[in-house]
Amino acid sequence: MSHSQTDTAAPTEQGTLAAALRNRNLILGGLLTLVFLGAALLSFLWVPYDVTQMAIANKIKPPYADHLLGTDHYGRDILSMLMVGARTSIAVAVLAVGIGMVIGVPLGLWAAAKRGSLLDEVIMRGNDLVFAFPSLVIAVMITAAFGPSATNAIVAIGIFNIPVFARITRSGALTLWNRDFILAARVAGKGSARISFEHILPNVLNLLIVQGTIQFSLGILAEAGLSYVGLGAQPPTPSWGRMLADSQTFISFAPHMALFPGLAILLTVLGLNLMGDGLRDLFDPKLRRGRT
Amino acid sequence: MTNTLRSVAKTAAAASVIALTAGAGAAMAQDSLTLGLQLEPPHMDPTSAAAGAIDQVVYANVFEGLTRFGSDGSVNPGLAKSWDISEDGLTYTFHLVEGAKFHDGTDFEATDVVFTLDRARAEDSVNAQKSLFAGIESVEALDPATVQVTLSAPDGMFLFKMAWGDAVIVAPESIEDITTNPVGTGAFTFGNWVQGDSITLQKNPEYWGEPAMLDSATFKFISDPTAAFAAMMAGDVDVFVAFPAPENLPQFDADPRYNVLIGNTEGETIVAMNNARPPFDNKMVREAVAHAINRQDIIDGAMFGYGTPIGTFFAPHNPDYVDLTEMSAYDPEAAKALLEEAGVELPLSVKMTLPPTSYARRGGEIVAAQLREVGIEAQIENVEWAQWLENTFRNAHDYDLTIISHTEPMDIASLADPDYYTGYDNSAFREVIDQIAVESDPEVRSDLLGQAQTMLAEDYVAGFLFELPLHTVAKTGVEGLWVNMPTQATDLTAVYWDN
Repeated sequence: MSHSQTDTAAPTEQGTLAAALRNRNLILGGLLTLVFLGAALLSFLWVPYDVTQMAIANKIKPPYADHLLGTDHYGRDILSMLMVGARTSIAVAVLAVGIGMVIGVPLGLWAAAKRGSLLDEVIMRGNDLVFAFPSLVIAVMITAAFGPSATNAIVAIGIFNIPVFARITRSGALTLWNRDFILAARVAGKGSARISFEHILPNVLNLLIVQGTIQFSLGILAEAGLSYVGLGAQPPTPSWGRMLADSQTFISFAPHMALFPGLAILLTVLGLNLMGDGLRDLFDPKLRRGRT
Repeated sequence: MTNTLRSVAKTAAAASVIALTAGAGAAMAQDSLTLGLQLEPPHMDPTSAAAGAIDQVVYANVFEGLTRFGSDGSVNPGLAKSWDISEDGLTYTFHLVEGAKFHDGTDFEATDVVFTLDRARAEDSVNAQKSLFAGIESVEALDPATVQVTLSAPDGMFLFKMAWGDAVIVAPESIEDITTNPVGTGAFTFGNWVQGDSITLQKNPEYWGEPAMLDSATFKFISDPTAAFAAMMAGDVDVFVAFPAPENLPQFDADPRYNVLIGNTEGETIVAMNNARPPFDNKMVREAVAHAINRQDIIDGAMFGYGTPIGTFFAPHNPDYVDLTEMSAYDPEAAKALLEEAGVELPLSVKMTLPPTSYARRGGEIVAAQLREVGIEAQIENVEWAQWLENTFRNAHDYDLTIISHTEPMDIASLADPDYYTGYDNSAFREVIDQIAVESDPEVRSDLLGQAQTMLAEDYVAGFLFELPLHTVAKTGVEGLWVNMPTQATDLTAVYWDN
């Protein structure tokens, strides 16, 4: 597939690294994301306290040496809950992005391959239809109908990732279909399905990675939102959104209970967005000017 | 009050929400009240549903019974101003108040009492507390102002039973639409109901007794504890009955703008176990659950220290209460041993269905954590109120564990029914309950009540947690509210603003 690489505007390997190191967005975003991923991974091996262990006598303690981020209204360690909660967030967001990519990308490729045909119309208008619904409301409906759980949250968020990926894949692919190397592939006798996967897909991968990062951060926000209204992961599975919801009535005298999960969501989403921006700049400097 | 004044008052009532948020409330004439409640009633007929949320709005305000509860739990005259009881205790002759009218203008007469009681005890009656009427042999109107009720056996509690919300007097003329347009004889008439938001009651200018001091009262339904706190702080509601976030009470208490009233309810809060199906049809498993539960942790963690521990299905402020908490003392080791003895496979996986009240949701998380310690994995399922009533309580009894507070007074008898959602089927217990029903000697009665309580504790029918306290947060100046809740009610007939 090396011949397709030459067609992109990507700089050389060495140049990429240098550009990456110069890109402050990417560095900062990457670091925040690493902290978040690291905390989630570490939680599999070690957490300061068991998150299902309640210690009522030790409830609502502000941060101190034993509990660096304090305790919640059941006396559970907030740091541990944030670490394990990161796992929930990642799992939901990764799988939701996965659903969007696995279904959306082939749809987009297919639509681009049959551009202008009825099939293209059907696929893209179908996407518009999904787009037209307010995503969070549909997510609430899905979880209300099938019961609140992390799985249903994943499906609900995932469905709304499909049109996002289908669109971006199609628009990326459309510009490629007129290129000479595609023409060459056609002359060589390759069918459109094969061309789509062998030549188009590798060239829209950059777009997908950038979009994937953004969707990942949106997925984390959506999971937090669903958990906040009680429709995400159910107790005792820790979840940032529910921690935030639980903390509400305590906010006037125990602000740490709301502050830390709130910061965790903020910094993670910020990190992923910065990283997405950075990656976009890195992959395609031309986009930088056109960005809104 | 003249007509002009009344229309001014009505305008004030309409403007009060806006005015209060603007902080100008104190300057206005205050004769309307906005109350916050956590649960919205499913409909408006207290005689055909078990939902306490209905009585919470209509009891004593819209509907009245022959007798009625006072704030201390005493039984006082209601629509019956007096009564005579025959020597043998079988015949009650009620003398009805005169001049009372239903809100639709029809007269209240003895025939309405006959209609109400016959309807409630009929074969096809949907009354949620049919046992209240089970002892009635016949009801007869002697003249428009006198009713004679004949019992099949003497019943020392008959006047008490007639004070329940399920026994309020309804009229045949208005029974058709009672679920949406309740027509009673009370000091307030039903105004309107904005589904999902609020119910408004208006003063009944033609009330037969002491007229209400408020011109109108609005019940707003706010189920979320945070929203309840915000509504109270913003002044959107003047009173919140059964305030759902006990952690905020110290804050209200310290604020001169608010009063916090702390009282009792009749609410036995229990971890109900489905006695009718595995694994909780096994007494040893139930006993294990009882020992796995640490009541004090639940009271501290879910109720912020408010609530009296109970060891059986009986209110601790009742003189006949027997303290049996030791029988189900916190002992996780004993719980583990019992589970092993019962031969259940660990971890035992069960479902815990939780209604939206905060004691249930929070208590449930703590109970689940405590059960996990002994090897019972209780998977929490949070459901809405209507769903809980439908699937858990009323029809299917599709649950393993649930947490609920039974706020009816003296409701130990309800557990005798094997078709009740607890599924507890014990003929010996039923016999004791039947004896209590007909016993009028207070000492024998007390002894029998003790026996019944002990049986429930010995059979570990449920995990008995605590007696639900009543926290009412009110703006300073609101007077006449009930501090305790001897029955499900928000009696507004004596409430007024003292400014």
